[in-house]
Amino acid sequence: MELWFTEKHTPYVQFSIKIEKQLYAGKSEFQRIDILESREFGRILTLDGYLMLTEKDEFIYHEMITHVPMSVLPHAHRVLIIGGGDGGTAREILRYKTVESIDLVDIDEMVADACRRYIPQTAASLDDPRVKCHFEDGLKYIRHYENEYDLIIVDSTDPFGPGEGLFTKEFYGNCYKALKDDGIMVNQHESPFYPADSYAMQRAHKRIFASFPISRIYQAHIPTYPSGHWLFGFASKKYHPIIDARWQEWKKLAIKTRYYNPKLHAGAFALPTYVEDIVREVE
Amino acid sequence: MKELTQENAPVLEALEKLKQMRIVPFDVPGHKRGRGNKILTDFLGEKCLSVDVNSMKPLDNLCHPVSVIRDAEDLAAKAFGAEHAFFMVGGTTSSVQAMILTVCKRGDKIILPRNVHRSVINAMILCGAVPVYINPQMDKMLGISLGMGIADVKKAILENPDAKAVFVNNPTYYGICSNLKEIIKTAHAGNMFVLADEAHGTHFYFSDKLPTAAMRAGADMAAVSLHKSGGSLTQSSMLFINDKISEGYVRQIINLTQTTSGSYLLMASLDISRRNLALSGRKVIDSVIDLVEYARGEINNIGDYYAYSREKINGDSIYDFDITKLSVYTRSIGLAGIEVYDLLRDEYDIQTEFGDLANLLAYVSIGDRPRDMERLVSALSEIRRIYKKDSSGMLEAEYISPKVVLPPQDAFYTDREEAVLLDESVGRICTEFVMCYPPGIPILAPGELVTAQVLEYIHYAMEKGCQMTGPEDMKLKHLNVMAEK
Repeated sequence: MELWFTEKHTPYVQFSIKIEKQLYAGKSEFQRIDILESREFGRILTLDGYLMLTEKDEFIYHEMITHVPMSVLPHAHRVLIIGGGDGGTAREILRYKTVESIDLVDIDEMVADACRRYIPQTAASLDDPRVKCHFEDGLKYIRHYENEYDLIIVDSTDPFGPGEGLFTKEFYGNCYKALKDDGIMVNQHESPFYPADSYAMQRAHKRIFASFPISRIYQAHIPTYPSGHWLFGFASKKYHPIIDARWQEWKKLAIKTRYYNPKLHAGAFALPTYVEDIVREVE
Repeated sequence: MKELTQENAPVLEALEKLKQMRIVPFDVPGHKRGRGNKILTDFLGEKCLSVDVNSMKPLDNLCHPVSVIRDAEDLAAKAFGAEHAFFMVGGTTSSVQAMILTVCKRGDKIILPRNVHRSVINAMILCGAVPVYINPQMDKMLGISLGMGIADVKKAILENPDAKAVFVNNPTYYGICSNLKEIIKTAHAGNMFVLADEAHGTHFYFSDKLPTAAMRAGADMAAVSLHKSGGSLTQSSMLFINDKISEGYVRQIINLTQTTSGSYLLMASLDISRRNLALSGRKVIDSVIDLVEYARGEINNIGDYYAYSREKINGDSIYDFDITKLSVYTRSIGLAGIEVYDLLRDEYDIQTEFGDLANLLAYVSIGDRPRDMERLVSALSEIRRIYKKDSSGMLEAEYISPKVVLPPQDAFYTDREEAVLLDESVGRICTEFVMCYPPGIPILAPGELVTAQVLEYIHYAMEKGCQMTGPEDMKLKHLNVMAEK
């Protein structure tokens, strides 16, 4: 039997993975949730038919969204993750012993429950005593905090659907308010390649740039995301992502990574010219 | 034949039947089910164009309804508790004008609050009626006109026993209601009709948590904007009458100005919306109330902003309040409502209904999702954090009592008219409208005296970004006034 998962990366481009079996299908108040088993990528989480993570390449995304800001703030105590119900981002942050608590705010508890059951590789972190899960709208949660967090990681879905509110100016402004004076916000920043993704990415940058004094973009190669070329945003009140990185301190922590390293960290901020052009246009 | 129930939608059913019949169209409209205008069809969709048809035997005729439109109007009348309903395709403006043209002839007086929609005064220009304005009380802090006080209505009736009707906003744009039952009782005792502008009151008919609906309270006619809270297409509306008004005469009045090519898209949307409201209106309105109550609480927790509600009720000029209205007082952050309105749209991609000098109105309906409400609340919180400033020096709104010198028709159609510079118009009789838009309520109407207070208000509102609509000179450098002898 031929069973394939297919995601349309654009109306004219599709990406398919051969599926061994479907492990879970559910429908929450917000979205459809599926967990699939594949030979090439291991277990796969999809939301409304969009691939969120695979066991094989999730390390790239989760390392890059966490270790880049953490090597600038290796002594962060209070971390907020918005989205990230699969637990991958929390897992990486938990590797820093100085982090006292992680608030994880995801709108959809069913995603977390499904991952706990089928993708413990990422979701085991959700049951760590330092992680406190809040299942509510991230935009609503953040509004009530001021000068509270060292680091906010916006680990959202795409800006169409339930994640829409996490790409808005009001959200970024509220994040700014919730951060301490030297706080950093890092966000999943879409892809620069296909036009629809690129437009979303440019709009997000425009809004973040307007909300934070320092706003830079960095990149990673993620095989299962549209075009494979993915971006992250680094927005900060005080620290520059490269000049203020504390490599020596970070190396002393002896955190073993598979994708991230200090050299790559510095290089990741060097963008292709066409991406620079998209970014500059709104600065 | 089976008796129709609220489950039916006769116009919709007739259009669906028509589609199946595959009739060859040698009649208007010329786009012939969209085939003749491909770009339009691609834009609006084939389904839409295929029912953009003209009146014909199986579809009845809006000018003289005897079959499916008649049935649909009967169902609407039952659903809203009226003797008869008219489907209207010229907006609630056409419904309001039909009410006034029905009860007033040239020279007849009509008692009304000043904060009426421009369509009311337009109707008076058409028929030559003479306004007797009641000062709607003002809320000094919010800077908005309220409802009519009962004592004021009684006094106006006593002083003008020859008036033909009392006109009531139920509710105002801001959701404020007058004591409608008492006004109706008093007006009827004086042999006057009661006309209700329910442009913002469709939902009143389908909930017991909201103010009284006019037809249920005994009003003689009501103009109801189904396209606002009722969910039908823009420009569709309904007019209701009770048994004291002649249906045939009202239809003659409507047909004086109404198109003979009534849109079936609009009529079908009225029919479907009536069915929705009748079958599930209560549930839908409950969910809107919950969403607005939640938002009000959250907005009031931000600080400075004031999202007001039933606590403003004072037993007279605010006899009742529509809790589905989300009006927010913004002057406390040093910004006019229209400034917050502009920031929401330009900086946060959020479009609200309107901002005036002190308030913002967000229109909430069945189509809104909780996560959109979170965006609105969060954006308001951000606007306060980033833009808040000292609120002193902002103009205290005051009711500007209109000085009616001539009937609107006489002034509008005068042949002794001249244009003078706006700033030199004090003391002259205006012959045109000046409205602050939104909300589209007249500052000056034809036949009224221009005062220094009026000019100060116009300048302040323009400076804050309000649009002044109505005058012949769209930039309002000049104003048309009666020529001096």
